[in-house]
Amino acid sequence: MIDWSHTALTIAVMLGSCLTLAGMLIWVERRLLGVWQERYGPNRLGPGGCLQSLADMIKIFTKEDWIPPFADKAVFVITPAIVVITALMSFAVIPIAPNFVVADLNVGVLFFLAMSSLAAYSVIIGGWASNNKFAFLGSLRAIAQLLSYEVFMGLSLMGAVLLAGSFNLSDIVEAQRHQWFVIPQFLGFLGFFMAGLAEAHRTPFDMPEAEAELVAGYHSEYSGMKFGMFFVGEYLSILLLSAMTVILFFGGWHGPWLPPVVWFAVKMFGFIALIILIRAAWPRFRFDQLLSFGWKVVMPLALINLLVTGGVVLWRAG
Amino acid sequence: MMNTWLYARNLIVGLWIVFKRTFTKPVTVQYPEEQPYLPPRWRGRIVLTRDPDGEERCVACYLCSAACPVDCISLQAADNPEAHDRRYPAFFRINFSRCIYCGMCEEACPTNAIQLIPDFEQSEYARRNLVYEKEDLLISGTGKYHDYNFYRMAGVRTRDKDKGQGEHELPPVDVKSLMP
Repeated sequence: MIDWSHTALTIAVMLGSCLTLAGMLIWVERRLLGVWQERYGPNRLGPGGCLQSLADMIKIFTKEDWIPPFADKAVFVITPAIVVITALMSFAVIPIAPNFVVADLNVGVLFFLAMSSLAAYSVIIGGWASNNKFAFLGSLRAIAQLLSYEVFMGLSLMGAVLLAGSFNLSDIVEAQRHQWFVIPQFLGFLGFFMAGLAEAHRTPFDMPEAEAELVAGYHSEYSGMKFGMFFVGEYLSILLLSAMTVILFFGGWHGPWLPPVVWFAVKMFGFIALIILIRAAWPRFRFDQLLSFGWKVVMPLALINLLVTGGVVLWRAG
Repeated sequence: MMNTWLYARNLIVGLWIVFKRTFTKPVTVQYPEEQPYLPPRWRGRIVLTRDPDGEERCVACYLCSAACPVDCISLQAADNPEAHDRRYPAFFRINFSRCIYCGMCEEACPTNAIQLIPDFEQSEYARRNLVYEKEDLLISGTGKYHDYNFYRMAGVRTRDKDKGQGEHELPPVDVKSLMP
């Protein structure tokens, strides 16, 4: 009962738009950082500089693709692919609009969590295969950070799952027709967003690639298009984080007047801009602060939130 | 607990302050299209100027070359039989790949010949093109000092004038008659 042509078209549209958006996002981030730092950012190539990513891509493709002689070659080469593949796989379960989703899994949330856990491997083995102390320190930090933040990422989105009564992302969006989950699940939203920032290695949780301390962290040794893959993977995970926040807590495609896809895009862009604003405004946490904040503050809050939500759902069910 | 609230408040305030920058104009000067204002005393490209009569001001005294902290000026003095055997530089060469634009040469110059002007657009693709010869340096104008002519101002006797006959110069005092 699967309409293959529809699925193929959806996959093509999703894949194309995700990769294009990830490329454009590099330019968007640089322009927005420019706005918030009272300068222009790249504004030369194309209208408003929007072709900058294209030029960067041409440059990065023509660079020497160098593998350090001390690196573990096979693992070193395969790692950048894992980053992009896991990020793109998660987009398979993201419903952009009603019936506009590649795979309408009934365990979409779990699939998303599984894929973001797999993405952690790329960081870990990338740093290990580089055989470089800074890369290794970066991946050590990444392991600790991802392990601790993975836990309450799952816990804090469970509130939304409980309220919707389904692991299916389309059902979760449908359940928010009258009220966005951000209102009953504000703590859950904060926890999820923070964990998402940590998963995407964004400021203030960008310890694994702290450029001031670790050169570039786990991808120090990568150059050329392999580095480009890491970069695209990062921006894909920003897109993914924004999309998931919109779906789980901000009513997905629901909104008055405009078509669903437009609402989804507008909300998503709002979160992308917020993530970039956070990068422009906030400094990086210290690493011990990051871990103690995660385990001592966010984790108990997420648990309490889950307990209270579960209680309320049970009480309502009678 | 107090500290936690303080941290949270500070983070939000910081976010808001940065967000307000959305509505301010960038301070960037869009350089090639929009030229920045350079003050008249800007220390940029070095030129050799001429006096109001159109003669070279440089008397090849080597003071600029001696004052230069990076030794980027080299010149050779010669006499010009057509102009009362006055000294002039046979060649004058500034290596701008070494020059640090400190302006010491301009300060050292007794005849206001060497001057730094507000022009910094000296980029070249090849480093050897940054070596400027005399014909590259010598301009046809007077630079920053329009009326200055060293030979008419100098306090010593020259072929054109005797002691005390220069511009802004009082007649010499007979020191032996200067009684209290």
